Formats: sequence, structure tokens, C-alpha cells
Amino acid sequence: MKPSSRITVIASGMLVVCLAASVVTLRKIDTIRKGATLEEVLYITSPKVLKRLSLGYNGLLADIYWTRAVQYFGRNFHDETGKYTLLAPLLEITTALDPQLIVAYEYGANFLAPAVPGGAGMPEQAIELTEYGIRNNPDNWRLYYDLGFIYYQDLKDYKKAAEAFERGSEVPGAHPWLKLLAALMAEHAGDIQTSRLLWTATYENSADKNIRANAAAHLRALQVDQDVPALEELASKYHERTGHWPGSFRELAEAGMIPGMPVDPLGKPYKLMADGRVVVGDPDDLPFIQKGIPEGYKPPPKPKVLPIE
Amino acid sequence: MKARIGHIASNTFREAVRDRVLYNLIAFALLMSGAAILVGQISIDIERLVVVNLGLTAVSLFGVVIAIFIGIGLVSKEIEKKTLYTVLSRPVRRWEFIVGKFFGLAGTLAVNTFFMAIGVFAALLYVSHQFQASDGWILVALYFIVLQFLIVTSLALLFSSFSSPLLSAVFAFSLFIIGSFAEDLRGFAAMAHGLGRWLATGAAYLVPNLSALNVINSVAHAQPVSSQLILANSVYALLYAGMALCGAVLIFERRDLK
Repeated sequence: MKPSSRITVIASGMLVVCLAASVVTLRKIDTIRKGATLEEVLYITSPKVLKRLSLGYNGLLADIYWTRAVQYFGRNFHDETGKYTLLAPLLEITTALDPQLIVAYEYGANFLAPAVPGGAGMPEQAIELTEYGIRNNPDNWRLYYDLGFIYYQDLKDYKKAAEAFERGSEVPGAHPWLKLLAALMAEHAGDIQTSRLLWTATYENSADKNIRANAAAHLRALQVDQDVPALEELASKYHERTGHWPGSFRELAEAGMIPGMPVDPLGKPYKLMADGRVVVGDPDDLPFIQKGIPEGYKPPPKPKVLPIE
Repeated sequence: MKARIGHIASNTFREAVRDRVLYNLIAFALLMSGAAILVGQISIDIERLVVVNLGLTAVSLFGVVIAIFIGIGLVSKEIEKKTLYTVLSRPVRRWEFIVGKFFGLAGTLAVNTFFMAIGVFAALLYVSHQFQASDGWILVALYFIVLQFLIVTSLALLFSSFSSPLLSAVFAFSLFIIGSFAEDLRGFAAMAHGLGRWLATGAAYLVPNLSALNVINSVAHAQPVSSQLILANSVYALLYAGMALCGAVLIFERRDLK
């Protein structure tokens, strides 16, 4: 082999080895420095200072910060840490750098508002973020919807929710739902039907599969919360009529009280307990349910939200 | 072989000194002394922070600029002045020439960084009146900066082995900027899907990861740097510089110098 060919072979081999080893080392560095970048970037916490430092490239910097916020939330959600202290500052910086970045308000509020483990459990910060979004994007009716939703779902402040929906309904081109939601908030805020309408609106309004899956899970939970008391009431009537609790749903069906075996929204049969209580077969698949939870059931640390088919 | 590489390296160092590269130290000294005197008068309680941040940032930027602008001329200047033919007509192999040039410039930058480090510590002593135990982490930050220089120098040499000085400078500087956002790039890649994800991940691992070598902020806040990171960063920088040098050798071996 010529010396030059030998050098080519050796250099090529070394190049490949160095490349492979550098990737492995980099992955190791990533595990050592987990979250370090975020902690470091937040040494500058003032959005105004950052905006000046970006030298006019604030759009790009906003995209970078938005990515960091998503990564931060995703990592903590996945690791079930329940700690999201950097989330609000990251979102604040993102939206200050680019106040028109609607996605940061919509998803950001969705990350911040729900209680842990579904979110960061910071509805107040979610309200602040969304209000800031509305101030900068007053023609975007979706932000009013998000605001009303946070007041309704996470703060149970139905008056404020009604106000938000009302404000949104006045925006030209707003979805007609907003008017209806504003009216419902005023009279039937705590009703299951109102809740169902809100989650349906969320499901139909969002293109994101995660948000839609979450809305679908809530809609299924609402269905269970409606089914279980109704079935328990029928069991109770059977008890009053016969003096004993029905041994199964078959007895209720034979008594003509139900048309057949009742199933939950996922198609799994409900279980009738000896004392007339009704529980779901697999509560893990039905997060957010308030009724029909088996005795002694411990929910998983993170709600299991089934993907949308 | 070692002697030949050593000669080329020492000549490169001497040439850099002759080219008044170390004159940047005067600008650095002025900057540090100015900052040290002024910061105490215009700010409250962040004198140490400013001196560390400013000093280390200046060390890094001055060094990167030197690495790029000297690095891109290491090969092309020798060709332009026809001195390369004299060197290669002797029993010096092309790869030895590349490796020697690399060590010469790396040595220049290390010496430059050493003097700048003295400047940083002098300014720190001036504003704080005494050193703290946590100031030792500044040495780690300086070491990481030198590792950064190794990567940038090897990249400048790689581009210099096949491209014009202007384009080499653009390529090297672009990679320096991209490398400073390497972790974000990997974040973007993680959010992509399908083929785009593979391509983005590949690109993210191919560009130099300079963000992990930048611990200026944390040492300015007196935060320690883990020994694991020091080791991993050292290995990474050597591997990456080695990879770029191999690329430079491969290209330069096949380059038609007639």
C-alpha cells in the first residue's frame, strides 16, 4: 500500500471513530447537563434586556425560548417531577420577545393552568400570560376562550369565566359558542352539560392531538360521572322494590329497568358491587372521573390519557 | 515525525507572534482595567460578576477571532507565498504539516489565554480585594475556553484546506455561532418528526457542541462545575478536533497543489 493511501485509510478510520465517539460523549454531556442550559439562560430574567440583546432578531430568539419552554415542560412532565418553577419565566420571555406568538399563549396556558400532575398547577400565571396575549392580540377570540376556560376549569370562578367568554364573543369573527358559553356560565356554571359543552368546544377547536386527547378524556369522564349516579339510583330503586340489592346488571335488565349491559365510554362493562355501588372496570383508562372509582384505588402519578384513534 | 511536527508547530507560533497576534493582549488589558475601574463606580454589588463575565467573554471572543482569522490562513498563506513547496519538498508529509500547524496555533492561543487569565484575575483582585475559593472555577471556565479554541482552530484548518480564506472564515464563524446554540438545535431536532427528525438530529450531532463548553455564567455565580463534565468536555473537544483534523488531512492529502 502506498504511504498516501495508508494515510487516507488511517485518517478515514480515525474520522469515523472520532465522529461516533463524539456523539456518544455528547449524549453523556447531555445527561450531565440536564436542564443546565435553562438554568443558565434564566440568569437574564428580564425580557426587556433580552429583547435589546437580541439585536432585532427577537423573533428567532422567541422561537428558541419557546422550544426551551416546551422541552422544559415535556421533560418535567415525563419525569413526573411536579416542579415547574422555570416554566412561567420562560413563557414570559418568549411572549415578550414575540407578543404575536399565539401558540405560546395557547399551549403555555395549557401547560401552566391544570393542577399537577396534568400541568404545572399555576392558573394565576396562566391567567397573566393569557391576559398579556389578549392585550397584544385583541382580535384573537381563541385567547378569550382560553382565558374563560382557565377561570372555569382551574379556578372555578364562573363569573370571571362568563366575563371572558362575553369579551371574546364581541370580537369580530368569534365562534358563536362564546356567546352561548357566556350565558351558560351565568346560570348553569357547575352543570355537567356546561362542562361537556366546554370540553366539546376545546376538542373541536384544537388541531393538536394531545389537547384533543385530553378533551376526549374529560368528555369520557363526564359521561361516567353522569352514568354512575344514574345506575346507582336504579339499583337503589330495585333495592326499595325487592328488599335486596341486585346481584348483577342482568337482574336490572330482567326487571326491565335497563335495556342491556351498561358499558363505559370505552365500551367496557360497569361493575355492580354488592352494596349497590357502581364502579368502572378499568379506572386507569378513565382519568378525571369523579364517580365510579373502585374502593382503595390509587391513581397513577400521571393521568393516562389515551391517544385519539 | 514528532520532531517535524514540533518544528512546524514552533514556526507557526513564531510566525503568529511576528504577525503581532499577541498585540490583542494590549486591547484586552485596556478593556479589563477599564471595566474594573468603571464598574465599581456605575454599579452596585455586581463588580465581581461583571469582571468575570466580561473577562471570560472577552477571552473567548478574542481567542475565537484569532483562531478563525489565523487558522484560515495557515494553509492558503503558505500556498500563496509558495513556502509550502519548500516545506513539502523536505521529508515532511502533508498530514504532519496540518497537525503541526494545528499545534502551533493551539499553542499560540494557549499562551494568549494564559496572559489574558492573568488579566482577569488581576482585575478580579482589584475589585474584590481578595480571592475566594470559588474563583478557582474560573480556571475551569478558562480551560473550557481553550477546549473551545481547539475545536474552532481545527475547523478553521479544515475549511482552509480546501476553500478560500474568505469562505473559510464565513464557514468557521457560522459553525461557531451554530455550535453555541447546539443544545437548542438538538431541542428542535427532538421536536421534529419522521425523516426531518433524523436529518435534524444528524446535523445537530455533526455541528460542534460549544454550548456545553461555555460555563461562564455559572462560574460568575460561583457555581461549581462537575468533574464528570470536565472529563466529558475534554474527551469531546479532543474527539471533535481530531475528527476535523482527520477531515483536513484527508482533503489536503488529495489536494492538487500544482
